[in-house]
Amino acid sequence: MGRGGATTFLQDLQNADCILIEGSNFAEAHPVGFRFVMKAKERGAKIIHVDPRYTRTSAVADLYVPIRSGSDIVFLGGIINWLLANERYFKEYVAAFTNASSILREDFKDTEDLDGIFSGYSEPQEAESAASAQAHEGGSQAHEPSSEPRTYDTSSWQLEKDENGAFKRDPTLTHPRCVLSLLRRHFSRYTPEMVESVCGTPQTKFLEVCESLAANSGREKTTAFAYAVGWTQHTVGVQYIRTAAILQLLLGNIGRPGGGIMALRGHANIQGATDIATLYDLLPGYLPMPSIVRDEQTLDAYLKTNTKPTGWWANTPKYVVSILKAFYGEHATAANDYCFDYLPQLTGDHSMLPTTFAMKDGDVKGYVVVGQNPATSGQNAELVRTAMERLDWFVNVDFYENETSSFWKREGADPSKIATECFFIPSGTILEKEGTMVNTNRMLQWHDKAIEPIGESVTDAWFFYNLGKRLKALYADSTDPKDRPIAHMTWDYEHDDPHERRKGEPSVVKVLKEVNGFSTVTGEQIASFTDLKDDGSTASGGWIYTGVYPDAHTNKARNRKGDDWTSLEWGFSWPANRRLLYNRASADPEGRPWSERKKYVWWDEAKGEWTGVDVPDFPKTKAPNTPAQPGAGGMDAHSGADPFIMQLDGRGQLFVASGLKDGPLPVHYEPLASVVENQLYAQQNNPLLREWRRRDNAYNGAIDAAYPYVLTTYRITEMSGVYTRYVPWLAELQPEAFCEIDPELAVTLGIRNGGWVTIATALGEIEARALVSGRMKPLRIGPGKGKRIHQIGLPYNFGNFGFTSGDTSGDLIALSMDPNVSIHESKSLTCNIRPGRRAARRRGIVDEAVPQSQRSPEGQAKIHGKDAAPHA
Amino acid sequence: MTGYTGNVDSKTTVDLTRILSKTADALGERVGMSPNVASERTRGLRSRIKHARAVHSVCPYCAVGCGTLAYVGDDGTLLDVEGNPDSPISNGHLCPKGSAIFGLTVNSARWTTVKYRAPYSDAWEDRSMEWAMERIAQRIKRTREETFVREKDGKRVNHTIGIASLGGATFGVEENYLLGKLMHSLGVVSVENQARI
Repeated sequence: MGRGGATTFLQDLQNADCILIEGSNFAEAHPVGFRFVMKAKERGAKIIHVDPRYTRTSAVADLYVPIRSGSDIVFLGGIINWLLANERYFKEYVAAFTNASSILREDFKDTEDLDGIFSGYSEPQEAESAASAQAHEGGSQAHEPSSEPRTYDTSSWQLEKDENGAFKRDPTLTHPRCVLSLLRRHFSRYTPEMVESVCGTPQTKFLEVCESLAANSGREKTTAFAYAVGWTQHTVGVQYIRTAAILQLLLGNIGRPGGGIMALRGHANIQGATDIATLYDLLPGYLPMPSIVRDEQTLDAYLKTNTKPTGWWANTPKYVVSILKAFYGEHATAANDYCFDYLPQLTGDHSMLPTTFAMKDGDVKGYVVVGQNPATSGQNAELVRTAMERLDWFVNVDFYENETSSFWKREGADPSKIATECFFIPSGTILEKEGTMVNTNRMLQWHDKAIEPIGESVTDAWFFYNLGKRLKALYADSTDPKDRPIAHMTWDYEHDDPHERRKGEPSVVKVLKEVNGFSTVTGEQIASFTDLKDDGSTASGGWIYTGVYPDAHTNKARNRKGDDWTSLEWGFSWPANRRLLYNRASADPEGRPWSERKKYVWWDEAKGEWTGVDVPDFPKTKAPNTPAQPGAGGMDAHSGADPFIMQLDGRGQLFVASGLKDGPLPVHYEPLASVVENQLYAQQNNPLLREWRRRDNAYNGAIDAAYPYVLTTYRITEMSGVYTRYVPWLAELQPEAFCEIDPELAVTLGIRNGGWVTIATALGEIEARALVSGRMKPLRIGPGKGKRIHQIGLPYNFGNFGFTSGDTSGDLIALSMDPNVSIHESKSLTCNIRPGRRAARRRGIVDEAVPQSQRSPEGQAKIHGKDAAPHA
Repeated sequence: MTGYTGNVDSKTTVDLTRILSKTADALGERVGMSPNVASERTRGLRSRIKHARAVHSVCPYCAVGCGTLAYVGDDGTLLDVEGNPDSPISNGHLCPKGSAIFGLTVNSARWTTVKYRAPYSDAWEDRSMEWAMERIAQRIKRTREETFVREKDGKRVNHTIGIASLGGATFGVEENYLLGKLMHSLGVVSVENQARI
């Protein structure tokens, strides 16, 4: 959708006429947010839950729909096909607000033409491939996955433009090369029969979902979608979300009350940490980190690559220069490109998974882990632990001893052989500090400090601030140019309160003010990101938050006046306190509400401005009949009827020409390890998925007789991670690790309810108690539905530390990645299971006795095409 | 097993069980047999939090962002954590995890001292914060010096992959900003958080 956030907000779910929950056990994992689903239900909405397991969410849904884990693109693609085939999409919305009318280039080839791949695909060069393989063994700088560099050249995906640079369109939506025609063709094989055969979903239930969505969308009604990591943690994770976005655009539900896509995030500030931005490839506000891969050696080159000619991202230079001014203050000047060269350059993928391999291979020497527990919650957790043994030093900032802090004394490790110097800095919980957390729908909420940090505990802000001060001191005498960023980094957040200042506590208020932005001329706060400049006269550490601290004394994150809906006076939602993104689409092209019932933001002709119950997500005085200016840049290239302001053409992207590495449209590929062949295409897996074929990351075969069951992981309401395992009240509620198994499989394998079972993959094995329950049901899939599929559910909350303990699911899951965002695949796996406990000394990657011979040569070999012949 | 074997907070557990069983006994005697008459003692009881300072906070677990009220006594100790009825998101409700925030914070198993594990040692030992912070800063500097890359393939890189940081989703926006700003200025590129787990 063009922004890194949920399009809607929790409270607005109550206005939905239908809610589709898929890839999430909403009631279990986000129970209090779920009350808005229940409110919608009380008002007559239809609640649909699509999931491999019958859960607490299913129990209160109107319709529970079973599905095989890993097949959601077929399910959602099937709905797209049904809507198009039956002409049940929201035609006026689609024609006016999406790129359905855009025209594709003649040389574009779809997966229909090329049996599961798009035009522009290229296999890796032999030489590069060999070099890559060598790099893994030799442990040089390249810890890129072994599947690199399969890529797409996306030039044939681009949409046609006219001589003025405007997108060519066919408003009748009948052109054979228009996006809507392509959608019809692309999804034509996603039939109800195919859905039943691939997903195991009975056709009657699938058709009931289609009918419900269509009946509850349009002018008078809206349908909302909600998902969580059940949709993201796949080698096609981003394309799951894309499929949902296409569907919601076709139904006309984006930007409208009771509609949208609710992304349910699992950590209290995962949105804020992404926004502002502790992810390797991002600067705050969704600006990319500079990279040598894109040859962004100078500010000009960087801006040339990342500034979009049309739409809101034409403002990129203002935001980037303002960040540099916030980072390096007076040292950042026009003459030195605002210290752009102080930013380190990316040379590849430095995300968590490649970094773990780099650590294992000895290239990472020092590791700072704050409030995260990769030795348990990381996938291939034993790889994480063994990688940490190679570190020179390790710093853990946390509340409790945990599997990561004490990796060196885990079962099977010999501390006398581990040279890593380890530090544990005790930190305070949320009650022991003040600051801002950003909830799942982009809302910044300030929390006040309740008590002093207990014992010697410090805040995480204290740790970073004082570490920075010490490093500045250590480098104070350096004249080396490489040390200038440290010397020139502005780092003055001294607390105004003498008591706090004496303790060395920084003022997080001052930090938030800097993130918000200020004039470097007057020092005054800036109220809107529209006031940011690219001439060095403004500083802002993160443009999307501008407005949260609009003047010296107003912290809008601390606003605490709520109401029963948009609550514009409670907290602050980025951007510009908008609660519902792209809300201009809640009005028709002429600016009138699509219906009285779904009125939200509309054009007030008398006042000459957009108005409504939310902050309009549109230039406030740009009239609906404003024409697009041919050849113009920025927002002038959009008409007053183009709601999707972040996009080049102002339209919702049914077809994505740029930005996705693995295809402009979603395609069903099976998970890396599956129990079945891809029934739709010859291409078995995502051709661009990334994998590491090495001994410490053993994969199950693509279809592996040794691992005949589907395995999926999930969270339970009483547990988060190690923290909750230490809380006695919670430990009592979930005393042991368990997994869920259907009764038929339990009988077949002799597994008793409450008894021990051992779950195994090629990577390792873990034990858990068996919960044999009719909530898990076998599915029938395949042509003629001849194949019986059993799915096993496994909570991932357990580990060794705390008052409740158990093996962790992370020890079963080998690392692989989606090519777009480097997310691992942990929601759709294969495994074996047997009654009884595992060996006392767990089979794992440290054990030299791991029988490599047990691995099937076919499974280890190429698996991307069907020619790779799964040996099942 | 290397799990925690120290001072288990069993008191909470035992007390809870005893209170629950007593309550059950009392209910067994009374319910349905006579009106529930409050005893002299019950009528004399006052809520511990009635006059306590209520501090606005947010639940630290999932991202729904439920509002909490932390009740603090005159002596600055935490008395209780409850849902904030004013929050338009949570309206006073909390899930089991959110209801147990008190136990997350006040917990005898928590580590509240600085600890150090020397190379090849099999035990943690206490150290001072001053010593640990200086030592950490020194180690970061040394590793940075040893692993800093100025150029690659003739292009300016100015980074180190010798240092990595992980974490962000469990702490605040301002803290993330400080972490990112510091790491970028050091040239650290592997800065990651829970968004990718």
